Amino acid sequence: MRSLLPILTVLGAIVAIWYFAVAPMNVRVALDQVERSGATVEPATSVERRATSVWRLMRNNSEHVSVGYALERPRLPTPTQVGQELWKTTGEMVLRGRALSKRSLILHGWITLKSTLSGFVLGTVLGILGAVAIVYSRVTRMSLMPWAIISQTIPIVALAPMIIVLSSQLGVEGRGLPKAIISAYLCYFPVLVGMVKGLQSPAIAQLDLLRTYSASGLQSFLKLRLPASVPYLFTSLKIGIAAALVGTIVGELPTGAVSGLGARILIGDQFGTPLAIWAALFTAAILAGLLVTFLDLSQRLILRRMGMPS
Amino acid sequence: MTWLGIALIFWLAAWAVNVALARSRYHDTRLVRLVVPLLFGGSLLVLWEGLVRGLNISPVILPAPSVVAQTFANSTDILWVDFTQTVLKGALSGYAIGCLSAFIAAIAIDRSAFLTRGLLPIGNFVAALPIVGIAPILVSWFGFDWQSKAAVVVVMVFFPMLVNTVQGLRETDQMQRDLMHTYAAGYVTTLTKLRLPAAMPFMFNGLKIAATLALIGAIVAEYFGSPTRGMGFRISTGVGSLSIDLVWAEIFVAALAGSGFYGAVALIERAVTFWHPSQRGRA
Repeated sequence: MRSLLPILTVLGAIVAIWYFAVAPMNVRVALDQVERSGATVEPATSVERRATSVWRLMRNNSEHVSVGYALERPRLPTPTQVGQELWKTTGEMVLRGRALSKRSLILHGWITLKSTLSGFVLGTVLGILGAVAIVYSRVTRMSLMPWAIISQTIPIVALAPMIIVLSSQLGVEGRGLPKAIISAYLCYFPVLVGMVKGLQSPAIAQLDLLRTYSASGLQSFLKLRLPASVPYLFTSLKIGIAAALVGTIVGELPTGAVSGLGARILIGDQFGTPLAIWAALFTAAILAGLLVTFLDLSQRLILRRMGMPS
Repeated sequence: MTWLGIALIFWLAAWAVNVALARSRYHDTRLVRLVVPLLFGGSLLVLWEGLVRGLNISPVILPAPSVVAQTFANSTDILWVDFTQTVLKGALSGYAIGCLSAFIAAIAIDRSAFLTRGLLPIGNFVAALPIVGIAPILVSWFGFDWQSKAAVVVVMVFFPMLVNTVQGLRETDQMQRDLMHTYAAGYVTTLTKLRLPAAMPFMFNGLKIAATLALIGAIVAEYFGSPTRGMGFRISTGVGSLSIDLVWAEIFVAALAGSGFYGAVALIERAVTFWHPSQRGRA
């Protein structure tokens, strides 16, 4: 709580800078609009204005600068406009009983969330299995580990359109599966690395103690290695879920997608409605925040129940 | 089917060799450490080739590695043009600008404990956000050429780099700073001789994360409009026009560029932070 005031200050500063930036960013569009509505602008034509710097435009037409704060298609919307658009596409739709209409961000957020979660589960299972194989078998460690590292330096987004085309040609309906594969690809690596560390975290003395109890390999795995790896697992899960969300949104970006937050961004770009892009971006940010917070809370709860310092 | 059989046998044989190598007493030598993953990767390629030939998979769905290699060799000029456009102009310039400005910002913020406390949680949060989505906005601000790609990369690498640098700058403990104080070292001397070297492992962590993000940003931004060259452009049009072999060649270039970029940063890290425990003991 000690850092609440600093955080609020920084947030306030960001919003203030944003508000100030709106004026120079939008002044050209605003003046074009004012000119069309018949008012005199200095310099008079849009071509002449292009050669003038935004600061001079703002000084010469100070009475028109405020128009830039209420444009329908701004280059940079104000935080208030983004908030209004968010409310219009979520809360207001719920109030009107159309929470799942095609324009509602709740629907698109839900579609993105579904793919993210299935990719997250797939990636986590793969990561944990890979970690167990790596910890227990030297040959897998030697042959798999370098490729696991290299796989993360390959930009998956290059593969994303390929995965979508491949799966549609193999007869997979819809985009759910390819999106989940992309997000699983991004999310398995942090889990793998974290679990390898976690499974190897018990000290030799602890492993030896279990041997004196004549514990079998499975028993020492279930009773010592697995519990010891839980804190590591949660730390990597938090990274993994954020990566999975990025993967899903990237999977929704290549042309042709119609549903999901990434598709809303794409459609907003094609139809020239920046407010829709910003609203979708903020929904994605809120989604990421909720997912990470949820994992953080469950980490605290579970670690406390297990008697570990969280 | 014979192709498939041969490929499967080769893969199993390679695995058997790997098992033998890993169990032999040479398993800790450098050569074996290199051979085992190479053999594994190579056997996967053979398996892919065998699958494509054995099951007669159409090259429109999945071309064989040999076809991709041929396309790669035949279209090096196109690939080079795309490489300069996306990697050298878009990703690298954005990476340099983003990391440098994050570094400067971190040093500025670090002077105020209040700002550090406020910015670290926000920076950590922003670093977890799907920032790639900002690409269409930046493309509409900065135009279709590489400047907009560099801008996307700047935004993507800024926060991971900032957070890591700020954390690294807090790494020194009171005792070490007191020692510098007894030497009558000022702020700048303490910064350059003690705190920046101590922050290096963290900064390189940030630089490595940023290296993988930079390529992602540059390629995704090209999906939203680019001149008629660039890796993202070639991939999205190649998928549309079914020249899948060229797309795979492009993916191969992306993989090479990504691994090479990351490897270069890791090599510099090893040279700069040779004193750090994680780097010692590796000949």
